[in-house]
Amino acid sequence: MSGIFAINGGACVAMVGKDCVAIACDLRLGLQALTVSNNFPKIFQYGDVFLGLTGLATDVSTVSDLFRYKVNMYRLREERDIAPRTFANLVSSTLYEKRFGPYFVGPVVAGLEPKTGEPFICGFDSIGCIDFAKDFIVSGTATDQLFGMCESLWEPNLGPEDLFETISQALLNAVDRDALSGWGAHIYIIEKDKVTKRLLKGRQD
Amino acid sequence: MEVLLGITGKDFTLIAASKAAMRGATILKASDDKTRQLNKHTLMAFSGEAGDTVQFAEYIQANAQLYSMRNETDLSPSALANFVRGELAHSLRSRKPYNVNLLLGGVDPITHKPSLYWLDYLAALAPLPYAAHGYAQYYCLSILDKHHHPDITLGQGIKLLTLCTDELKRRLPVDFKGMTVKAVTKDGIVDIEFDDDKVVKSA
Repeated sequence: MSGIFAINGGACVAMVGKDCVAIACDLRLGLQALTVSNNFPKIFQYGDVFLGLTGLATDVSTVSDLFRYKVNMYRLREERDIAPRTFANLVSSTLYEKRFGPYFVGPVVAGLEPKTGEPFICGFDSIGCIDFAKDFIVSGTATDQLFGMCESLWEPNLGPEDLFETISQALLNAVDRDALSGWGAHIYIIEKDKVTKRLLKGRQD
Repeated sequence: MEVLLGITGKDFTLIAASKAAMRGATILKASDDKTRQLNKHTLMAFSGEAGDTVQFAEYIQANAQLYSMRNETDLSPSALANFVRGELAHSLRSRKPYNVNLLLGGVDPITHKPSLYWLDYLAALAPLPYAAHGYAQYYCLSILDKHHHPDITLGQGIKLLTLCTDELKRRLPVDFKGMTVKAVTKDGIVDIEFDDDKVVKSA
């Protein structure tokens, strides 16, 4: 309830499926217990890679803008989109540059490897330590609840439709037990040649 | 105890700010204007630490006007909001950050869509249909939640604002000396006559 990471509230989760990945976030922006906005998305798309950012809202914006710039510069230099694994290392080194005055964010990366189509997800702490995972990554003020939901709902090799249902239920039920997150959700299902974005209406309290 | 309020409607954005300039327990001035016009169709209201507010607002105002002169085009409200956020976020990690909360209201010069941006001293930016800063948030947001619709007329917007200021007069422990009210429309920014002398009895 206290601390810089919990001022504005918010939650994010990513999951691996069979030849697909999913990433989802809530929409709340608050100041302690007061909700200021219920339309503050925390997932950002850079080509084929998706970045979820929870934590201090100002740093969510600052960091997402910074990576938009860095990914655009990468694309101009390399004349191709950045791969998820490369992007994860860019996130890591960028955050560690601010080791002694960090951005107060908990990033989550999700995407498919461009050549193999293999699912890739990972999470970070605020100074860039990467947490690679084969199953799911959670972040934000509802991490405890999300771990519980993911641990019980997730199973290997879920298809895109089942993965959507799983991640949606995991997020929705987790944020309903957290006072600082919720108020609707954005869900992205990423497949080989299709990305589906869905807007979920959650409890408005 | 400074009050900033913003309401958008069908074709306008209303910005209101309390008239009292306070220093500790003393009211130094009862006709303070806590707003600055950035360009023809964008208005910014500010509250926060005494010296920082006007200094930061006029720095933004000067840069917005410089852009308009150089490019012979005005920045849109959304572009300005992101510019202000960038400046404030930069300041946040400096040796002496600006302690300023802002509301940025405007009407897009091309699409004529009204917009309102809420920005706190941490440089958290949120586009909103209606917004407030400070203690006014606790009293006004619930009133606006209940009564606001995106397609209200200017007259309805002013009525809604009166509903908010009445509640503030009823519940705030100090007199904020009424409000300066301005409306941004596609034709520019107009001052709105607002009855500050209305007495609201407490319960």
